Amino acid sequence: MRFMMMLKSEEGSGPPEGPSQRLMEEMGNLMEEMTKAGILLDTGGLRETAESTQMHWDRGDLTVLDGPFAEAKEVVGGYAIVQAKSKEEALEWAKRFVQIHADEFTITAEVREIIEPPEEWT
Amino acid sequence: MTATDIQRTIDAVWRIESPKLIARLARLVRDVGLAEELAQDAFVAALEQWPESGVPPNPGGWLMSTAKHRAIDTLRRNERLGRKYGELAQELATQEQQRPGQPPADMDLNLEEISDDMLRLVFTACHPVLSPEARVALTLRLLGGLTTAEIARAYLVSESTVAQRIVRAKRTLTKKQIPFEIPQGPELGVRLASVLEVIYLIFNEGYSATAGEDWMRPDLCEDAVRLARMLAGLMPKEPEVHGLVALLEIQASRTAARTNSTGEPVLLLDQDRRRWDRLLIRRGLSALDRAEELGGQAGRYTLQAAIAASHARAPTAEETDWTRIAALYWALMLVAPSPVVELNRAVAVSRAVGPAAALEIVDALRDEPTLTDYHLLSSVRGDLLARLDRRDEARAEFERAATLTDNAPEQTLLRLRAAELAEPAGSHGQRGRHGTR
Repeated sequence: MRFMMMLKSEEGSGPPEGPSQRLMEEMGNLMEEMTKAGILLDTGGLRETAESTQMHWDRGDLTVLDGPFAEAKEVVGGYAIVQAKSKEEALEWAKRFVQIHADEFTITAEVREIIEPPEEWT
Repeated sequence: MTATDIQRTIDAVWRIESPKLIARLARLVRDVGLAEELAQDAFVAALEQWPESGVPPNPGGWLMSTAKHRAIDTLRRNERLGRKYGELAQELATQEQQRPGQPPADMDLNLEEISDDMLRLVFTACHPVLSPEARVALTLRLLGGLTTAEIARAYLVSESTVAQRIVRAKRTLTKKQIPFEIPQGPELGVRLASVLEVIYLIFNEGYSATAGEDWMRPDLCEDAVRLARMLAGLMPKEPEVHGLVALLEIQASRTAARTNSTGEPVLLLDQDRRRWDRLLIRRGLSALDRAEELGGQAGRYTLQAAIAASHARAPTAEETDWTRIAALYWALMLVAPSPVVELNRAVAVSRAVGPAAALEIVDALRDEPTLTDYHLLSSVRGDLLARLDRRDEARAEFERAATLTDNAPEQTLLRLRAAELAEPAGSHGQRGRHGTR
């Protein structure tokens, strides 16, 4: 089973001086642990929404909207794709990920199973 | 959380923490069997206590500290059995006093130390003194974090069979006094080969199940790839470990394309390549790069990975670089000669040169005793004969192949090809497909 972990937070809500040395180190250790456990398939961070663009399609009408988006509170800032034996296992890793943020950040990890095998192409 | 939720969370924690826990305990008590029992006891304690107290913030540390206390008790109880136990108990108890409030102490362990313990566990679980079945069961149990029930389900045997296998394996390790250590010097190569073989065996059982109605058991493939990745993390400088990772990632990338909507197998060249998993292919290709960067003579897994990579890189079946693949099989024959490799080389030659040249190679294999009951020899030969328009002989080979495999979907496919050949020439497009998957 694979899961997409979407890591969401409110942009600019973290410490102004950026993440602490401790957080960076623990993050590095956790990523190493997840890699060595053979469960982390892919991970990445996203640039801020001020640089993003939304392509909105409404049954024939195309709207293109450049960021930042005033209405958005928590936005996806990064992701991890993990392979786990159960949803609980993926959640356990997600818990560890959010926990290392201690009192520095408010962060949500949304864990969703990836459909496998992919549906037949049409 | 409900009791079931807690149970499932504990199962998840077991999967994540038990290999490290067992590895660490095994080094402390110098006995893998005892270490596993202590780890189990700690989880039983968790099952009893967590539903009341909630899951502790550091479950790994909690389990380690619980297991360690039990280790001291057990060793003290066994003190009369020998000095060794008394000394160990004393050692552990002293550590305990020096570091009150256990969990943080264990978390202080550097990653390198944990890696070494894990590696000791890997080499012990895959020790050549054990039968292949025992190595597989022990590896899945101790390193994969699978329950005996899960292993039993994967191998279509009863839970008690698996449990017995594991008990006997642990007893053998104790009886033969297998030291809990990482082999050094010339022994390392031989022992590593055994470890790689165990992981490959697990993968293959999942990739083409030898018995039963299912053509694949993808869970087992996932377990094997996970173990291979874990090993690559533990031994980052061993090219063959990365070679094995590459091979398994690329083979696993084809999982969705290997069966059609009715569950029948689809051969490699017939697969819809859009259904290949690009993420796994990318991971496989970068593992292969790592193996090749580390240099040395390419081993059997790296060469097989290079072959799998050639297929993965070809945008369509027609664009496959068969000359390169035939050369890679030749290289594989030099490092790991086997009739099955030679058979695969024949298939590549049939594509690169033609069916007649390949048939020569295959015919030379017909007296090979290990292949007399191998269904792929018959199915490859059948395919070559069909391409040379020797239809009656081809049909006979496909029919024979069908009787030689126990895999139901594969039988269906082979019978279908035999039936096609029974019809007048030209009524069906020549499929011209071989047995590689």
